[in-house]
Amino acid sequence: MARIIVVTSGKGGVGKTTTSAAIAMGLAKKGHKTAVIDFDVGLRNLDLIMGCERRVVYDFVNVINGEASLNQALIRDKHCDLLYILPASQTRDKDALSQEGVGKILEDLSKDFQYIVCDSPAGIEKGAHLAMYFADDAFVVTNPEVSSVRDSDRMLGLLSSKSRRAEQNEEPIKEYLLLSRYSPDRVKLGEMLSVDDVQEILSLHLLGVIPESKSVLNASNSGTPVILDEKSDAGQAYADIVARYLGEEKPHRFIEEKKGLFGKLFGGK
Amino acid sequence: MNLLDYFRASKVGSASVAKERLQILVAHERSSRNQPSYLPQLQRELLEVIRKYINVDQEAISFNFEQDDNQETLELNIVLPDYHTKNI
Repeated sequence: MARIIVVTSGKGGVGKTTTSAAIAMGLAKKGHKTAVIDFDVGLRNLDLIMGCERRVVYDFVNVINGEASLNQALIRDKHCDLLYILPASQTRDKDALSQEGVGKILEDLSKDFQYIVCDSPAGIEKGAHLAMYFADDAFVVTNPEVSSVRDSDRMLGLLSSKSRRAEQNEEPIKEYLLLSRYSPDRVKLGEMLSVDDVQEILSLHLLGVIPESKSVLNASNSGTPVILDEKSDAGQAYADIVARYLGEEKPHRFIEEKKGLFGKLFGGK
Repeated sequence: MNLLDYFRASKVGSASVAKERLQILVAHERSSRNQPSYLPQLQRELLEVIRKYINVDQEAISFNFEQDDNQETLELNIVLPDYHTKNI
């Protein structure tokens, strides 16, 4: 049986697709057969971030409609043999996804995969609902910014009431906080909510902090998940997150500001 | 306290304002999230029943739902007009 992870946030532009690509790659690199699914029907982008946009033949909706088999639609990642991508459809039909159809695909994938990562679209419409409905774990991607924190809290409410586990009175979805685009220096200046502030407001288990990093844009420019950039801070942050999720003990990094020469001279500690 | 902290201390950041606003907002939104889903419907129907006998308007009725560890309280407050019986 596969473990189903939804990467969600409510708000757009906080790093859901970047996170989905990175953690799916991280799980696969750790030896777990992983599928990552783009639920953003009409606005697919996971294929671009994963660098497989030119290999898309069939998509999620084709499989639901029986126009293609799962094996035909799944794209094997060029960096890792254990990672497969199921792209979203570019159809404008909002009702292309059905609960039965999604449930059937996840059930079929569960037989063969260890982890299924569902990249949720922004908002609380059907695509976002279906991405979270069957989840076992939720990665709530949040930026240290008021609208993102509020939307994350809204998503927490939906995760605990509108999911399969909630409706069937099963053990609730495990929720984790991933705080992204974090700038320790701005936090120190009092210009940005701190990790502690966000955790206090959302009361969520912190899986990791991803610092604001130039490497994220570099990675998306070239279509390689940022976790493969092992020298970058964001890549290392995602590697830590995957390790922590799999049960390894890793101290949190990227919460304190990096000290350059200036900091060393004036930083005191 | 080092030299940099001296300059920093003189400026109050906006993050504390953000935190305070969020704490209030999130607490409010969570309390309304925990309300039973039938509450708006119940409110409308009760209002209809009351209006059959007493001429009150929407604003004259307030609903308040509160929850603590061992009990739930539904408080219904109706402000009656001076001449409250309808002439049928």
